[in-house]
Amino acid sequence: MRKNFKSTIVVPQPGRRRFYGHGIPGVEPEELVGKLIVVEGADGSGRSTQIARLVDWLETGGHATVQVGLKRSTLVSEELERAQGGNILSRTTLGLFYATDFADQLENIILPALKAGFIVLADRYIYTLMARDMVRGMDEDWLTNLYGIALEPDAVFYLEVDAEELVQRNLSKSATLDYWESGMDLGFSRDMFDSFVRYQTAMKTAFRKLQKTYGFTIVDSNRPVDAVTRELRKKIDRVLQGR
Amino acid sequence: MKTFAELNFPGRLIAVEGLDGSGKSTQIYLLKRWLEAEGIRVYFSEWNSSELVKSATSKGKKRELLTPTTFSLIHATDFADRYERHLLPLLRAGYVVLCDRYIYTAFARDVVRGCPPQWVRGVYNFAALPDITFFFKADLEVSLNRILEGRPKLKFFEAGMDLRLSPDPYESFRIFQGRILEQYLAMSTEFNFIVIDANQRVEAQQGVVRQLVQERIDLSRYLRRNPLPLPPQRRSESKVVVASDPDDESVE
Repeated sequence: MRKNFKSTIVVPQPGRRRFYGHGIPGVEPEELVGKLIVVEGADGSGRSTQIARLVDWLETGGHATVQVGLKRSTLVSEELERAQGGNILSRTTLGLFYATDFADQLENIILPALKAGFIVLADRYIYTLMARDMVRGMDEDWLTNLYGIALEPDAVFYLEVDAEELVQRNLSKSATLDYWESGMDLGFSRDMFDSFVRYQTAMKTAFRKLQKTYGFTIVDSNRPVDAVTRELRKKIDRVLQGR
Repeated sequence: MKTFAELNFPGRLIAVEGLDGSGKSTQIYLLKRWLEAEGIRVYFSEWNSSELVKSATSKGKKRELLTPTTFSLIHATDFADRYERHLLPLLRAGYVVLCDRYIYTAFARDVVRGCPPQWVRGVYNFAALPDITFFFKADLEVSLNRILEGRPKLKFFEAGMDLRLSPDPYESFRIFQGRILEQYLAMSTEFNFIVIDANQRVEAQQGVVRQLVQERIDLSRYLRRNPLPLPPQRRSESKVVVASDPDDESVE
């Protein structure tokens, strides 16, 4: 007797679709039949690991996926990288530069992929950009208007890890702390360790604040990787069923 | 939104706006020459000139990668860089800052490209308003002819080809400029533009500009303590009257 392979595939059901503000001129939200899933969190929160696992799982399940992330646009990624290297950007400029990078990917990758029915996995989205700018004192109304171009995702998971745990993870991975992830431009402290902890704590506060407006799911990522994956899969399953 | 004077900045900002070919760059260049010769602390800044953003803008334009939204944001990034690193410190230090195009250029162009006016204005609301804005109003045909005669190869974004107004670049440019003019005129009262008749002779316009600047700004407050010696007048300089148009859309 032939073995019957499991071949049922869940066809994602449409959910509510809207832009946060006016969106992108000429784009109708209803046409965007794919799903947009965002994973947010600091470096060392397990974002990349979780996204890689989700891609495997989704593709095995018969879904086409596309990945986007910060500083990956054709338009400005190299320039942004170079400018950051010199650390000469003021806060408004840096904020707008990142917004340009985001808009380029939104229009050229995210929206076309959603139209074609893909599941788009975003390794961070506007919330990280907003939180960074908020910590640097940018006006929240200004940010809300700026990111009115963004599409509301179908799910946003914020992988939350305590600052002390983040330090340990980053150090064990690369034996050093990243300049920007330590918020060194803010001048909290000349001590990188100290600055890292204070910056990440401030970022966590900003995320909590954004959570109230944007209602994303906070996932406790102090836990083992597998436990986090299980929770994410369960929640994404529900998203695919349109719930 | 407030002007720099209303925000108690010691410096003053003068902006010129107008269509391509309206002669505004020539006028602000001549204003700069005069202020420098009078020993005023003066700084000149033009649209789309931040070194930082230049390569991205130029790549985006060459490869036609820009959408209305990214076109708007990349120019806002350029402006923010110049604003925070040059304009603000100089205005704090009591300079007279001259800007060839200011936020109104974005207000007009981005809206013609289809961005919502309130969004564009919101993006730029970190910037204070100029203390004086001169708007050089020439007949549409005059501006068009100046550009189309002198620089016949129109670039994609410059001609507004991204708007698909017409497959013919010249026709597209005409329609595009006409729409930008409408936007400028609609803003004129709201933002207190001083409208200069750009169909007049260069000297006549410059006379009006210098007179108005003198009336509205107490220039004696902006004198250098130690006036800079004038550079020796070079031959070629005496002929240069037409400043190059710094218009962003002509980036190579």
